Amino acid sequence: MEDLAYMDRQMSTEQDIKISAKNVQVYYADNHAIKDVNVDIADKTVTAFIGPSGCGKSTFLRCINRMNDTIDVCRVEGAIKIDGEDIYDKRVDPVQLRAKVGMVFQKPNPFPKSIYDNVAYGPRIHGLAKNRAELDDIVEKALRRGAIWDEVKDRLDAPGTGLSGGQQQRLCIARAVATEPQVLLMDEPCSALDPIATAQVEELIDELRQNYSVVIVTHSMQQAARVSQKTAFFHLGNLVEYDDTDKIFTNPEDERTESYISGRIG
Amino acid sequence: MPNTILILIVLALGVIGFVLGRQRAMASAGGNSRNLHSLPSYYGYNVACATTLPAMGLLILWLLVQPLIINSSVSGLVSDQASEEGASLDLIMSDVRRVADGLDTAVETGVLTEEEVEALDAEQDDIRDLLAGVGFALGSDVTPSTLEAAKSYRAMNEVGDTWKSVFVIATALTGLLVSWRMTNKDFRARNVVEQGVLAILIFAASIAILTTLGIVLSLIFNTMEFFRLYPASEFFFGLSWNPSFSGRGGGSELGILPLLWGTLYISLIALIVAVPIGLFAAIYLSEYASKPVRSVAKPLLEVLAGIPTIVYGLFALLTVGPLLVEVFGQKGFLGVDWMSGGTAVMTAGLVMGIMLIPFVSSLSDDIINAVPQSMRDGSLGLGATHSETVRQVILPAALPGIVGAILLAASRAIGETMIVVLGAGAAARLSMNPFEAMTTVTAKIVSQLTGDSDFSSPEALVAFALGITLFVITLGLNIFALYIVRKYREQYE
Repeated sequence: MEDLAYMDRQMSTEQDIKISAKNVQVYYADNHAIKDVNVDIADKTVTAFIGPSGCGKSTFLRCINRMNDTIDVCRVEGAIKIDGEDIYDKRVDPVQLRAKVGMVFQKPNPFPKSIYDNVAYGPRIHGLAKNRAELDDIVEKALRRGAIWDEVKDRLDAPGTGLSGGQQQRLCIARAVATEPQVLLMDEPCSALDPIATAQVEELIDELRQNYSVVIVTHSMQQAARVSQKTAFFHLGNLVEYDDTDKIFTNPEDERTESYISGRIG
Repeated sequence: MPNTILILIVLALGVIGFVLGRQRAMASAGGNSRNLHSLPSYYGYNVACATTLPAMGLLILWLLVQPLIINSSVSGLVSDQASEEGASLDLIMSDVRRVADGLDTAVETGVLTEEEVEALDAEQDDIRDLLAGVGFALGSDVTPSTLEAAKSYRAMNEVGDTWKSVFVIATALTGLLVSWRMTNKDFRARNVVEQGVLAILIFAASIAILTTLGIVLSLIFNTMEFFRLYPASEFFFGLSWNPSFSGRGGGSELGILPLLWGTLYISLIALIVAVPIGLFAAIYLSEYASKPVRSVAKPLLEVLAGIPTIVYGLFALLTVGPLLVEVFGQKGFLGVDWMSGGTAVMTAGLVMGIMLIPFVSSLSDDIINAVPQSMRDGSLGLGATHSETVRQVILPAALPGIVGAILLAASRAIGETMIVVLGAGAAARLSMNPFEAMTTVTAKIVSQLTGDSDFSSPEALVAFALGITLFVITLGLNIFALYIVRKYREQYE
């Protein structure tokens, strides 16, 4: 098993670079939130962002699908490229970008609609289905990929808000997957869930890695160790260290990383 | 003794009680306030409350009951006269009270002494002249029985007032003494004062509730009186509104349907104007507008809500009405001859719609803001545009609240009066044409009660029946709206 996991990681590091950030600076009005971050994120890999609260990991995550555009005072400098294309280029439509870069949020946020309509929301907006049968297919596939199909297949018309917290979060993952993104961003997806639901979501993340590049922000170092192949440690707006997960947790180079992992700062 | 002085005496006793109670408590604790159960001033408040509250309660009760008793016993004296002359007892009683007041004034100004008042005789003295001299003009000569009634009315009042003063002051003194005796260092004055505070709060709340109850009851009784004079079926199902003021009760047609139709038609047009504009304004302000724009635009929009409705009425009469005639009237802009005068359903509806815009927009704005940010993030994160997010996620989530806001606006539209009086005319009419003059329930209540009207005729009493119908409709709408708003609130909290 150990060997297999090791081989897995070796493979992943050799894969293509999906997202590449160069000299990224983020300001909230006068507050310099992200300072000079450079990072290359590989395709078909789970990358974890860890760090103490307020270190800028969520802010950086939100830069990758330009969700920060919705905040008036936020300003982003530097270059973030997905497949070699600068997403902050004037010609890029942020709405199209977000269809390509899906996002799952900290708190499960199903729309006050039926389970079916929740999942069909993205495909309908982007016109992914030609007819009802195709849409049914997409919804079923997404719900299966979200590992929730068996639980909801008999009540697709029930409101999504009526599900339990863990089910809601998996529904939100299914909803994000339904638009067929290439990158999936997850902002502390398990922080509102109990241990069992967390285990289910973590298992799901591991499966999603086969198709997507997954970036996950987490406060739980165990979770980062469990699900990710690469880990980035943020501290006070700086990217302190970025390496294979094994290396970060066993033999970190920077002493701040070591202090954080061993619980001395944070 | 005048009531003001009586109240001042009771209050003064309360202040004395406060000082005495505090002193006694301190004395019983040996001067050390740490030995007391409560803070020293609580003992003072306790004694002050025990002194003033029962006395004040007694005073209020006495003031309510005394006139009732005196009126009923005095009206016994004049009831013979009433049946002789065929005049109503109420009128004679008001004469009696007026003569009694006049005599009071005469005594106070020194024109008469008490003995002279006793010796007055309606046959010999010209009491009408006498009272005119002190500023009391009477409608007719004073009959002997009226004078006698007035005299006994005065006498009874005097006796009642004396006893009132005695009892009120005695109650205050008893309260002071009892609570002062009870004061010692282990007495739980703090808890008792807490009860007193509770009593004051309950009193305030019950005044509001009792007033509402009183208004509803007066509406109900007068409506029942009206239905005795006029058949209820004709009122509710009659197709024509045609009150006559010349013959008393004869020949009036008092059907509510034309008025109800006018009310609903005007309200409908008002809502058709107000709902889309108000809702779109709310969406702009809550979703799109930047902070500086919002901080200026929202108060400006809400200024509309502060304009008195009579000003909207003027606006309807002088600006909107003539403008509509220029467009829809004969030789108008469109060349159609739909509108003959400026006052019409359309005029009132449009102006009322403008009045309701801030109402709809500011309520909807609050409701849209209450939709959690995570809904917007979720939708935007899936690649939806801003307006798709608003249309497909935010509005459905806010819909129950928005419906509640619209229903509240509707109940305001139904109750609106001044705009209708000035903008829609006074003709009660059942018609589909929105460019014709019509009128509403509220406008007709005003016109039935203004001017010379006899309050016992069906033409005046119909106002109460109209009022209670309106009350039931708006109450129903409000309850429904609150129910919907509350149901919505539970979803996110």
